[in-house]
Amino acid sequence: MSEPIAFSAAANAKIADLLGRYPRKQGALIPTLYVAQDEFGWLKPEVMQLVANTLELPLSSVLATAMFYTMLYKKPVGRFHVQICTNVSCYLLGSDELMAIAQAALGIAPGESTPDGLFTLESVQCLCACDRAPTLQINKEDHFKVTPAKFKELLETLKTDGVKLGPPVGWLADQHHAHAAHA
Amino acid sequence: MSTKPTAYTPHPMEKRVLLRDHLGVDFTRLENYLAHGGFKMWQKAMELGRDGVLAEVKASGLRGRGGAGFPTGMKWSFLPKDERPRYLVVNADEGEPGTFKDRYFLELDPFRQLEGILIAAYTINAHVSYIYIRGEYWNSKAVTEDAIAQLYKAGWLGKNIQGSGFDLDVYMQTGAGAYICGEETALIESIEGKPGMPRLKPPFPANIGVFGMPTIVNNTETLSAVPVILEMGGEVWAALGTPKNGGTKLVGVAGHVKTPGLFEVPMGASMRDVIYTLGGGITDDREILAIIPGGSSCPFLTKDEIDVAMDFDGLKPVGSMLGTACITVMAEGLTDLLGVMQRVTAFYQHESCGQCTPCRQGTGWLKAIADKMDEGLGEDAHIDLLISACNQIEGNTICAHGEAAAWPIRSIAKKFRPQLEAAIRQRAAAHGYVVKPLAAHPAA
Repeated sequence: MSEPIAFSAAANAKIADLLGRYPRKQGALIPTLYVAQDEFGWLKPEVMQLVANTLELPLSSVLATAMFYTMLYKKPVGRFHVQICTNVSCYLLGSDELMAIAQAALGIAPGESTPDGLFTLESVQCLCACDRAPTLQINKEDHFKVTPAKFKELLETLKTDGVKLGPPVGWLADQHHAHAAHA
Repeated sequence: MSTKPTAYTPHPMEKRVLLRDHLGVDFTRLENYLAHGGFKMWQKAMELGRDGVLAEVKASGLRGRGGAGFPTGMKWSFLPKDERPRYLVVNADEGEPGTFKDRYFLELDPFRQLEGILIAAYTINAHVSYIYIRGEYWNSKAVTEDAIAQLYKAGWLGKNIQGSGFDLDVYMQTGAGAYICGEETALIESIEGKPGMPRLKPPFPANIGVFGMPTIVNNTETLSAVPVILEMGGEVWAALGTPKNGGTKLVGVAGHVKTPGLFEVPMGASMRDVIYTLGGGITDDREILAIIPGGSSCPFLTKDEIDVAMDFDGLKPVGSMLGTACITVMAEGLTDLLGVMQRVTAFYQHESCGQCTPCRQGTGWLKAIADKMDEGLGEDAHIDLLISACNQIEGNTICAHGEAAAWPIRSIAKKFRPQLEAAIRQRAAAHGYVVKPLAAHPAA
């Protein structure tokens, strides 16, 4: 299908440390999937197989676990993963307006990525900072008490940064890959 | 990582023994934690011995702060007396919509929880502890991992801790975006690297828990209270609260209030005072339309149902529960209750693990009905259909996710029927539809 992939030495060291924490190898599965995701961007089929081989688990166990958890990505995610909380507390304080702003600014619907690979937009369940609603998360960073003006400005900054940073490595190839897999 | 803390004066209604962000000290640094009496209670635990600590925790009446309110001391004494290795698992998978309390310990005072873990692990004789932190809590995970690293470096974790002969390894375990993993057996499955599907009980985790071994699962706030209980003595802690509800409780107020935030009050504090005094009253001085008392799994309350004591028994008279004690306030005139209901149904549908049919299908039906109402295609009979679906989910599932999905929706359908009927008509009119009257419906 495609050339074989391997973990970097740093990733292998992390996985070795993780394996020491559990009496069974499968215990290390979820943290290892995070390591793989950090390394390869998302859990494409050959990455799942690599994790299965590394932890000596059946591929089916790896797939079952990866499929269950939303934060383990089964499709490519853009450079900036914008997740807007749309649950009750944020809804009461204007999250729908924030979502509308993001859709207009990025030209995509929740669950989609921009074709240039710079943005993925999603709604997320309660981020549990309701006293600072409305909230959103961009990659690993929280944003609290987000006003429409602040959010518009933030998106503009990210667009500028995105032009410099470009899409995640392998974005275009992965798009073709994902297309082919679903065709 | 965390913002530089600034000192402030808490409201006099508060009773702070756990919260201490008002001191303006950076408690993410071990030296600051130690300078404020940190790990003195570990020493006291060693003097008291296992039975002594257990006796203090039992005397304190501490009940699990995850929401279920199970007595902590009793839980600890359920472990079988055999030679199998034991585990202490910390439930820091905070995800109940409306809740924001464990985040405080994880981000601003991580050593409090870790000292509690050390004392609890010693008491139950566990040598490995996993802190299961919600996946989206990136900052909490970073602060906690850093705190763990500081403790290893200073000899407060690992082998022969401070010359005591007691060994403990603590590992930060990350969740991955599944609310259901806050259910203790789903959390155990997740630590084992499996999909977070709750287990049938019995066997209970105290006997067959993580990796098939005896396991105690405690919430972050529960464990953070343990050093404080040893410091003041179990009975003094108990006397802070109401009978059967010892101590203080972190409470949150959010939504349509003037001063949202996290506070600490004696167990049994008046919910009205918490909303109007600590929460500063309702936005624009409006009336309350509805209240969620402690996360969206709790049945909703009306404005006439808030004269209740905030403890694990105080909300029974109004048919709800304390839950996580983080209140969501919805104001008259600012709240689209049908929209709120739709969000709640969407959440529980999205988070159902899917193994029990009544929950998997039932939460889907609740969402489908709410969506239909939201899209202007609602009928009055749909309100009864919601109640009927809730009744068929409740009690028919392995874990409490079914009840968590059914109870809030049923409470809205029953207590706020006039508002829902009005909202159905408003939505329909906006789309140019006419609402079918109840009598015309074949099911009516």
